[in-house]
Amino acid sequence: MTSGLNTSTIKNPIEEPEERRGPTNSQLAWEDLKKRPPAMISLIFLIIICLWAIFPSFFTAIFTGNDAFEINLRCCYLKPPGFTDVNGNYYLLGTDQQGRDVLSRVIWGSRVSLIVGIAAVFLSGCIGVTLGMVAGYFGGIVDTIISRIIDSALAIPFILLALSMVAILGPSLQNVILAIAVRTWIVYARVIRGTVLSVKENEFVVGAKAVGSRTNRIMFRHILPNVLSPAIVIGTLYLGRMIIIESALSFLGVGVPPPTPTWGGMLAHGREFLDTAWWIAFFPGVVLMITVLSVNLLGDWLRDALDPKMKRLTD
Amino acid sequence: MRAYVIRRCLQSIIVINIVLVIVFLMLHMSGSPGDVLMPEDSSLEDIEEFNKAHGFDQPLHVQYYRFIFGFDNGVVKSKGVIFGDFGYSYRHELPAHELVFEHFPATIDLALTAVVISILVAIPAGVLSATFRNSWIDYVSSIGSMFGQSMPNFWLGLMLIIFFSVYLDLFPSSGYESPIYIVLPALTAGLYQTARITRVVRAGMLEVLGSEYITTARSKGIVEWIVIMRHALKNAAIPVVTLIGLELGVLLGGTVVTEVIFAWPGVGFLVIDAINNQDYPIVQAAVTLLATIFVFINLLVDLIYAWLDPRIAYS
Repeated sequence: MTSGLNTSTIKNPIEEPEERRGPTNSQLAWEDLKKRPPAMISLIFLIIICLWAIFPSFFTAIFTGNDAFEINLRCCYLKPPGFTDVNGNYYLLGTDQQGRDVLSRVIWGSRVSLIVGIAAVFLSGCIGVTLGMVAGYFGGIVDTIISRIIDSALAIPFILLALSMVAILGPSLQNVILAIAVRTWIVYARVIRGTVLSVKENEFVVGAKAVGSRTNRIMFRHILPNVLSPAIVIGTLYLGRMIIIESALSFLGVGVPPPTPTWGGMLAHGREFLDTAWWIAFFPGVVLMITVLSVNLLGDWLRDALDPKMKRLTD
Repeated sequence: MRAYVIRRCLQSIIVINIVLVIVFLMLHMSGSPGDVLMPEDSSLEDIEEFNKAHGFDQPLHVQYYRFIFGFDNGVVKSKGVIFGDFGYSYRHELPAHELVFEHFPATIDLALTAVVISILVAIPAGVLSATFRNSWIDYVSSIGSMFGQSMPNFWLGLMLIIFFSVYLDLFPSSGYESPIYIVLPALTAGLYQTARITRVVRAGMLEVLGSEYITTARSKGIVEWIVIMRHALKNAAIPVVTLIGLELGVLLGGTVVTEVIFAWPGVGFLVIDAINNQDYPIVQAAVTLLATIFVFINLLVDLIYAWLDPRIAYS
């Protein structure tokens, strides 16, 4: 009894000062999220898509009971909603030209899109943040060289560069990621360079230099933490575009090669049957669009929560 | 001012040179250009012979020099890139640059129409949406532009074909024979730009409408639509004009997917065909041309900007 009383009296004085400190950034962001139904729905939808990508066979088993890879020429072009074939299989979104279940393939397709999108964001983020920091911090000739490279990369049509790279290096998951990242790092580099230019004038950086800190230390301890939130915001806002580019590459036939299901690849097949079987191209596109829309809405929220100043740079 | 003009022109020349280096290195990404250019079933000896005959066994800097200034060894005759000669298209048996120029007008038609459509839609939408903030017009246009930025345009293209060509039979779905053929491709290509310009116009108008001279104009009793058109839109227009210029540059290289969907006889269609047939001189010529135009538009926009607002030249 007494011990119970004691703990409650001891607990309170510790908790109180924490409350007085006010909510943390992540708490504020969460409160903000609750006030934005579209962002909340997006978050839920993205969690579902992520689960699809992680456990595709589990979800195809629950929703359809069909295999995404099984070719069944006896039930091609089954029209949605549903159709039960001779074996009692049910196809909610119909079947494609080889009798494969469209819904199962849409579920499997999330995997490539998310892997490529996230990996490309991460890779291009690492390159872009590094080069942007180097350009902004050192200035002078280093800055000039990096800036001109950025201008050149910007001038080359994105999709043509990515297409040629994948075609020459050979279509594979890694090469698709590489081809996308090789161009998108410039977005980070431009914004981070600008941020570093203003951060490095701050007293804490000047002070660190004055007490003789090594350059490495200043970059990692003092500058990097200040450019991380813009980098995260760009990453989220560009994730959607990366997913679209990946699908475009698959659509043009230089994405991750079959038999791996990709949304873009499904659209490309569906294109051949637009007049007879619209659903083959329709459903992968719908899911692709909702995914990108969700990423963008969440990106807007994250930007407002983390770094409202970014609005002008990224709009 | 003159110093600024000279500096920007020099920068542009440097950028075009870097682009040329990237275009040159494209063929060398996989290690051996013969590997890329020869049919897949050629023997190693054939590839080696091909490399030797075309001078691909030389050190890179020698090859680059020949790429730019041309060379003639009996097998290959090239005047070099400075005379616009990117080599011969093996498939079409024509100089690559001639093919690209031949297909360029169709791409210009498409990109210009797309930009005009997006201006005609985006500026009224952005202005109305800012003027009647939080009304249903604003919601419709904001949600519309959110969707527009998230929708993969190749999917939109397919859906337009299903609806307008297959179902309603209103517009043709492929080729370019009369002006009516341009409607669906232009809508598809301009979608992202329309959404983006709408958002920028809306944001710009909101910022301007909050400023003091608008309040002054209103308090003088000027009719509201004159305040909006003459006082607000004019001042919100500068960033929009810049954006439109840049988007036109992006569109010239970004209509690839649209051209493929609608079998539009432009540069993008040519390049995809060339990539599928390992006809890389065409790809190199097209990428260089599009990048040069992009750099040129950028330079023009910057110079016009500096002319409108001389402070820029001195910062």
